[in-house]
Amino acid sequence: MPLRSDIKKVLVIGSGPIVIGQAAEFDYAGTQACRALKQEGLEVVLINSNPATIMTDKHMADKIYIEPLTLDVVKRVIEIEKPDSVVSNLGGQTALTLSMQLAESGFLAEHNVKLLGSNPETIHKAEDRQAFKDTMEEIGQPVIPSKVVENIDDAMAFAEEIGYPVIVRPAFTLGGTGGGIAETREELHEIATNGLRLSPITQILVEKCISGWKEIEFEVMRDSKGSVITVCSMENFDPVGVHTGDSIVVAPCVTLADKEYQMLRTAALDIIQALKVEGGCNCQFALKPDSFEYAVIEVNPRVSRSSALASKATGYPIAKVAARIAVGYTLDEIVNQVTGKTYACFEPALDYLVVKFPKWPFDKFVYAKKTLGTQMKATGEIMAIAPSFEAGMMKAVRSIELGMDTMTKREFTKLSDEEILAKLSDVDVDRSFCVFEALKRGIPIDTIHDITKIDKWFISKLNNLVGLEKWLSEGELTEEKYLTAKKYCYLDSTIERISGQKISDKNFERRLAVYKMVDTCAAEFAAETPYFYNCFDRENEAAEFIESHPSDKKKVIVFGSGPIRIGQGIEFDYCSVHCVWTLKEEGCEAVICNNNPETVSTDFDTGTRLYFDPLTKEDVEALIATEKPYGCVVQFGGQTAIKLTKHLTEMGVRILGTQAADIDAAEDRELFDELLERCGIPRPQGETVFTTEEALKAANELGYPVLLRPSYVLGGQNMIIAHSDADVSEYMKIITATELENPVLIDKYMMGTEVEVDAICDGEDFVIPGIMEHVERAGIHSGDSISIYPCQNLTSHIKKVIIDYTEKLAKALHVIGLVNIQYVVYNHEVFVIEVNPRSSRTVPYISKVTGVPMVDLATKIILGKKLKDMGYKSGLYQESPYVAVKVPVFSFEKLHDVDNQLGPEMKSTGECLGIAKTFGEALYKGLTAAGYKFHHNRAAENGEGKGVLISVRDSDKNEIIEIASRFEALGFKIYATGGTASVLNRNMIAANHVYRIHEAKEPNVITLLESGEISYVVSTSETGRKPSLDSVRMRRKAVERSIVCLTAIDTANALLDCLEMKTTIDDVELVDITKI
Amino acid sequence: MIFENKKKAALILADGTVFEGRSFGAEGKTVGEIVFTTAMTGYQETLTDPSYCGQIITQTFPLIGNYGVNKTDPESNGCAAAGYIVREYCEEPSNFRCEGGLDEYLKTLGIIGIYDIDTRRLTKIIRESGVMNGAIVSGEFLNCDKNSLLEEIRAYSVGIVVPKVSVKEKEFYPAENARFNVVLMDYGYKFNIRRELVKRGCNVTVMPCGSTPEEIKAQHPDGIMLSNGPGDPADNAEAIATLRALIPEQIPTFGICLGHQLLALANGAKTEKLKYGHRGGNQPVKDIARDKTYITSQNHGYAVISGSVPESVGEVSHINGNDGTCEGVRYKNAPAFTVQFHPEACGGPHDTSYLFDEFIKMMGGDR
Repeated sequence: MPLRSDIKKVLVIGSGPIVIGQAAEFDYAGTQACRALKQEGLEVVLINSNPATIMTDKHMADKIYIEPLTLDVVKRVIEIEKPDSVVSNLGGQTALTLSMQLAESGFLAEHNVKLLGSNPETIHKAEDRQAFKDTMEEIGQPVIPSKVVENIDDAMAFAEEIGYPVIVRPAFTLGGTGGGIAETREELHEIATNGLRLSPITQILVEKCISGWKEIEFEVMRDSKGSVITVCSMENFDPVGVHTGDSIVVAPCVTLADKEYQMLRTAALDIIQALKVEGGCNCQFALKPDSFEYAVIEVNPRVSRSSALASKATGYPIAKVAARIAVGYTLDEIVNQVTGKTYACFEPALDYLVVKFPKWPFDKFVYAKKTLGTQMKATGEIMAIAPSFEAGMMKAVRSIELGMDTMTKREFTKLSDEEILAKLSDVDVDRSFCVFEALKRGIPIDTIHDITKIDKWFISKLNNLVGLEKWLSEGELTEEKYLTAKKYCYLDSTIERISGQKISDKNFERRLAVYKMVDTCAAEFAAETPYFYNCFDRENEAAEFIESHPSDKKKVIVFGSGPIRIGQGIEFDYCSVHCVWTLKEEGCEAVICNNNPETVSTDFDTGTRLYFDPLTKEDVEALIATEKPYGCVVQFGGQTAIKLTKHLTEMGVRILGTQAADIDAAEDRELFDELLERCGIPRPQGETVFTTEEALKAANELGYPVLLRPSYVLGGQNMIIAHSDADVSEYMKIITATELENPVLIDKYMMGTEVEVDAICDGEDFVIPGIMEHVERAGIHSGDSISIYPCQNLTSHIKKVIIDYTEKLAKALHVIGLVNIQYVVYNHEVFVIEVNPRSSRTVPYISKVTGVPMVDLATKIILGKKLKDMGYKSGLYQESPYVAVKVPVFSFEKLHDVDNQLGPEMKSTGECLGIAKTFGEALYKGLTAAGYKFHHNRAAENGEGKGVLISVRDSDKNEIIEIASRFEALGFKIYATGGTASVLNRNMIAANHVYRIHEAKEPNVITLLESGEISYVVSTSETGRKPSLDSVRMRRKAVERSIVCLTAIDTANALLDCLEMKTTIDDVELVDITKI
Repeated sequence: MIFENKKKAALILADGTVFEGRSFGAEGKTVGEIVFTTAMTGYQETLTDPSYCGQIITQTFPLIGNYGVNKTDPESNGCAAAGYIVREYCEEPSNFRCEGGLDEYLKTLGIIGIYDIDTRRLTKIIRESGVMNGAIVSGEFLNCDKNSLLEEIRAYSVGIVVPKVSVKEKEFYPAENARFNVVLMDYGYKFNIRRELVKRGCNVTVMPCGSTPEEIKAQHPDGIMLSNGPGDPADNAEAIATLRALIPEQIPTFGICLGHQLLALANGAKTEKLKYGHRGGNQPVKDIARDKTYITSQNHGYAVISGSVPESVGEVSHINGNDGTCEGVRYKNAPAFTVQFHPEACGGPHDTSYLFDEFIKMMGGDR
């Protein structure tokens, strides 16, 4: 069937801010879908609260609402725009849940709106635990013994019946939030209580634990005629029990014989037929390793993280095809873009193996539990494409940016054999490395398998790497050894280190990687996909491709930003993609190199050519040798790309934009100090140190509090404010645990207003699209602060100084392109905190609000254009009539034991934007989008408890008085811990005293938090991080109970501003940003 | 894994291209027609598929042998293929049904294998120039004279191979609660065709390819199943004549692969050799009557020319979703239908197993 004639205007619901379990993959899916729908000539209306996405770009849809993704707001958008259809299955769980609510409430029917993709019945059958179980039983698909329960007693009773261990899975939560495995009655009680609360319908599934079974996934597609295909099969390295988002995954399945493979494939197709999905669907199975017994674990009738991975792993664009199916096309009508000759109705054949490796935030959250379970913890992932599992793992391990180039984890080499054996039992983020270390110690494969239940196939493949490394380390490095190591994708530098010999001393040639194509069909058909991966063979398909597609265009390579992690998120993919688009518009061939399967940048039709490879010196060297580019762009790919600058310069490659020496001048403390002195710009006093002794000396000279951080940081990784010698010592101990290549910086900490600018410079002129002011004072990482554009509280003098300093810094650093500068305004004086001569986190949102296409301008500038020729004058760009407030979003409920108090180290995973004519409304929208609840109305109506629990450090006690009085004026009941309570009571604010946890007396804070009486918690403490601390435990309790927890005085004031406005979301104007 | 002193082997193509690799399986010299399959699983089924007789199989998926081999998965007794080419074979397979490794298996079967080959490059060569003859040499044959080897390669032809892979005497396989008697014409049949029939209540009599119409009729079959098999369909004059003679008998007939081609030839249609054929488990086939596309398992180098089926005799019922070639014929002159692909799967998708049900229905299965 061709395009349905009854569809003209479609609403696409996005997935909102990046949180663990819902990341960039939905921007990739949404962008593909919006483009496909627009190509069909449909009018596309988009709603998504996440401003860092490509899908919210002006030309991606006809109407774009960057508004909170709440049911009320979506309803209002439908009322305003009157679309005839809504696409339910492209915006992750968020969009699916909203679609279902819209349908079930009868709203869609009332407004004559069709639900495309997955119909309400499909969603219900897949999402509601009991309905799912019934559907599976109807079609004879086995499920694990389980029961849906709505209270603790039923949960406990069922567990007794089926026996422990059991798994708890809450209904309708993202990435399995609130679930877990319970081994005992006590554990079940805790997990089930939590799960019931987190489930929006107070429902959990208690099921028999089948940990140890193989976990297998299928990505399947179905059209309205009922034709079904499987796009990709995937097998988890970790057996059932570890969330698939946290497991190493290979595609296709490797340990399944055809009989088992076809059994599960047929099951997946039967499921998608029974659910009548029109589009893509993800089916997860558990397969008993010693029989044909299997069980369906989960079905997601929508695009997902796995579908993004499957798309990149095979070259089959699932979201694009799903969008076309949603509007009426069938699989046999949609052309396979890769071959251009065949159709979307086929199953990709791979002639390589794909390895996905998760990126966890534990290099940042040093005190957090690293154990893995049914709740996802990874923030991002990388993908490696290689001819073998061994080579895939080698490429993966250097792509995840943990400073590793083999499977050897340094801290494991120090453990005894017994300790390694014991550590194997830990199901945590380091397990694959622990298996490797165990193999190195000669622990038998069978023993490792018995402990970990990881399939012996994977273990013996890792053992091949152990064998290879042993062989390399013994005797002469022969050409045979060298070539074998290269076949497994070892870097030359790694081979030299392991063998202790120089390749240049040998009488054989070193070899650079060549490229093979990803073509969906294992070379059965000639393909035109410019999608390549490196490996070591004779034939270089990329070189042949370039030769057969001659072009006199300038070739430019854009380096991407690697895996999504805290501090380096989707914003950098936004920048990379925009750079590529502009390069293409400017008549260049834009080549992308990146390794993140979730992103738009790694869609094979984004750039002129795509190289899906690690971003290391040697991988890049091979790329340069094959592409022979005119130049490279590093300033849009975050720190990952910036780190390549030095190597590229050494290779004699032209860096387009700011040069390596200037980047160094901004990052090297001494050079930067010199530069500031030359410009006459003040910065907080500071020192550079390497050892704990030096650090203590410097800290005492500067006077506490001081800020400590490693140089070359990202997202404030390992950054703290130290108030005492003890803090400094503790910090230096952690930081010196890994090898110190770069020094640690110690700065005097100034608690002023933080201001941030992004500027575009061409060497002569500079444009500042806008000055952003942070709600929270300096000391909270800029990525975690609420950021306001345009600034609301700066005097014109201060603004002038900022503009002046920005110009001086940009010129002194010879910035060509983008620069991001952070200032602190302290006692009416402006100090520079940090200069990053590259794109930043704020670029997408500022571009959207001001209308200044920053990346596009910067890209044109690095190609030689001038701002004045493009119609821009030096200085601050005219202010927008709209106020935009960026509010950070955290994933604390997924990361146990992470202190949720904000500080200099970045903790947020994503962000939302509120846009409105006034600051108040913009803030209200931003906070609403970020999930803050406003209790002024509901609480009063329902007669619920309306309490605020306050517990602050001494330095905040002065300011807390006003905050408490504002809460009191709004009718909140105030509770406070000892010191805080007495301060408040002395100041005529009636505060009910509650005891701290360790005081073990009632009324206790924990009891209070569990009582449901508390709407907000305001908590700050001198030192945080350690999960055993009383204040941390209290804040964690608030997170677990989904109580809004404010950990900065300024955030509390901002929230109060909104509460005092007494606005509701129905009162605020919705803004179509295409009209700004 | 052993890294040192691996035994060498070489692959020589008719165009003179030489690939250096390593030896596994049996050692020696083998000449054959090189074909590739894109199937990612089912290598044991592939190796034992008699349709590969005279051909050297290339696996485009780089990791072969991962789950080992066992006694239940073979699709015939032995291996008819001339040789085996992989990128990497798994030395330590893992699967609960695994009874041994691929290397040993090939040695037992006497199949000469080569690994460490850039199978993607090889596939591209075959894709561009069409199916090509070639040879694998290892052991003492590594030093053989290249020119005379090339002559031998170029002179090679798969030839008439159906009799080689067909049973010599008829075999009988009873079903529990049998409802039908089916003659399975063995042109090199895959065991699962028989299993699918027996499973559906058919007593199956497997008959040699040279059986006469009288011998077949003597079985009083409710239906005739025409199996898959190797080689050029047009080489099987006797079998074609037999099928032609059976048309007036109006016995329900279902043909697969070579069986499909032979019945088409018996009805006056023509076949052609495809450039490099269809081999793998991902071929889309459109069932015109159902207006639905199915993913199928395929292994064929020849095809029925779509326009050549006389209109009065039958019509094309299935077409290939990729290249539009004929994938099935439904006959008007007899209760018969045939398909080019493999509804019996093994290896590959089971999506079209409904065709066996249709065959049962044709024999009166609704009774």
